[in-house]
Amino acid sequence: MSAISVILLLIVAFLAGVDVVLDEWELAQPLIACTLVGLALGDVQSGVLLGGQLQLIAIGWMNIGSAIPPDAALASIVSAVLVCGPANLSVSNGIAIAIPLAIAGQVLNIFVRSLIVLMAHVVDSRAAKADIKGIDGIHYLDMVIQGLRIAIPTYIVTIVSPQAVQSALNAIPEVITKGLSIAGGFVVVVGFAMVINMMANNEVWPFFFIGFVLAAITKLNLIAFGILGLCLALIYVKLSPRFNAQTAVVSGATGDEESNSGADDIDRALDEL
Amino acid sequence: MAENQAATNRKKLTKSDMVKTFWRSGFLQGSWNYERVQNVGFCFQMIPAIKRLYKDDDAETAAALKRHLTFMQTTPIMTSLIGGISMAMEEERANGKAIDDATIASVKVGTMGPLAGVGDPIFWGTARPVIASFAASLALSGSGILAPIVFFVAWNAMRLAARWYLQKIGYEQGTNIVANLGGSLIQKLTTGASILGMFIMGVLVPRWTTINFPLVISKATVNGKTTTMTLQGIFDQLLPGIIPLLLTFMCIWLLRKKINAIWLIFLMFAIGIFGFWIGLLG
Repeated sequence: MSAISVILLLIVAFLAGVDVVLDEWELAQPLIACTLVGLALGDVQSGVLLGGQLQLIAIGWMNIGSAIPPDAALASIVSAVLVCGPANLSVSNGIAIAIPLAIAGQVLNIFVRSLIVLMAHVVDSRAAKADIKGIDGIHYLDMVIQGLRIAIPTYIVTIVSPQAVQSALNAIPEVITKGLSIAGGFVVVVGFAMVINMMANNEVWPFFFIGFVLAAITKLNLIAFGILGLCLALIYVKLSPRFNAQTAVVSGATGDEESNSGADDIDRALDEL
Repeated sequence: MAENQAATNRKKLTKSDMVKTFWRSGFLQGSWNYERVQNVGFCFQMIPAIKRLYKDDDAETAAALKRHLTFMQTTPIMTSLIGGISMAMEEERANGKAIDDATIASVKVGTMGPLAGVGDPIFWGTARPVIASFAASLALSGSGILAPIVFFVAWNAMRLAARWYLQKIGYEQGTNIVANLGGSLIQKLTTGASILGMFIMGVLVPRWTTINFPLVISKATVNGKTTTMTLQGIFDQLLPGIIPLLLTFMCIWLLRKKINAIWLIFLMFAIGIFGFWIGLLG
């Protein structure tokens, strides 16, 4: 790896480490993080492919409440270094490695977030002195620590020799590597389950099954499904008695007028096209 | 005359304070900690307003900083709305209106729970998984670097617009908005987003899960033509995607038994290795 590649890589790793905690720009989401690593190391194609696969697995890893999810940043960055860098691992090996890395990152994150409790108390004492610059400084320092949480392990991985990585992988029996790559095909259900578990209630379950049956039987693509899902949501919200209780009480004529004027608006918009 | 005097002396947040707060709100979770969660970040977000309203008064500044270092935990994007409301309250307080610490604290505590209830399903349950799944399917169909660019641009355009308008609405409506939080528009949004999210999850379960049972169940030779029936073939005749569906339900059931997601991931890997070893999976 050239010095420039290493520097670019460490910048990417640092930013991913900060943003996986911020959860704002989503730079640490596998699709974006792996692509950036691919750009830094000169193998964008593998980065995007690995990122796309990992993205499916990580789809349910979210910061909700005080639960800390498996760490998308360490998993994406280090596995992308091994796939796009000189070790040149296959994408399926990269995915198998990403999972233990996600757990290691999660443990590190729990450690750092506990440490920041102390920093928050330093902020309290700065606040008592009306020291705004001090508060800003500590907040930035916390983010630097979170960035280094990913950048330092990444740097360590770059100095391990590619041959060592490959021979370590070759030492693993085939039943494990093949089994892991088979599991890589369906480990995504854990992420789906996490998202579903968050949103599911009796009201919305039927829509899950409509989507499931349509996807299992038809050949529609995702864009078509997106449009279909949006229409179902709009129709449901429009018709559900739960949201229309007041309209029903008010005289029917008013409701009709409203819906008529709504239709007129759409007609007018269509005429203008 | 006196009225004019009061009007010119009135402390008012400027457009530049709004922009600075908007920029700072993107660093909300930088000091995420186990004790008061997003408290330092929320204070960080309020600093432009505190500086404007209480400058040259260290005691008031310290009190304001302390007010906004209390426990804060909600969907990150929603702190723009809470921040907007808090800025409106702080502005009135700085202009002499009787708004005490308890009022500000109770508005914050009273809004962060309901707003997380709206924000989590909309942003983490629907918007991000839906955008991510579109982008990932682009990536896997070979569109190259376009896929991550679509993800990044679509998510951030939505996020930045949401943060800016939530902050604006919060500041302009102030505490009036608190009364509307239970309103039907917000419930419609949450329900609509959950429907879209659940529908797309239903789509992804059979489309994105790859599992194959190559085990040969029967071999029949009719007129010299051999047809083999694998276990997978039987499942597909039943309903394609039935096994991914059952696996998903197993995971949901285990999650509800409070099993950590990471153990479920290990369980899947164990199933993969064991299944391959006994020749069931391929």
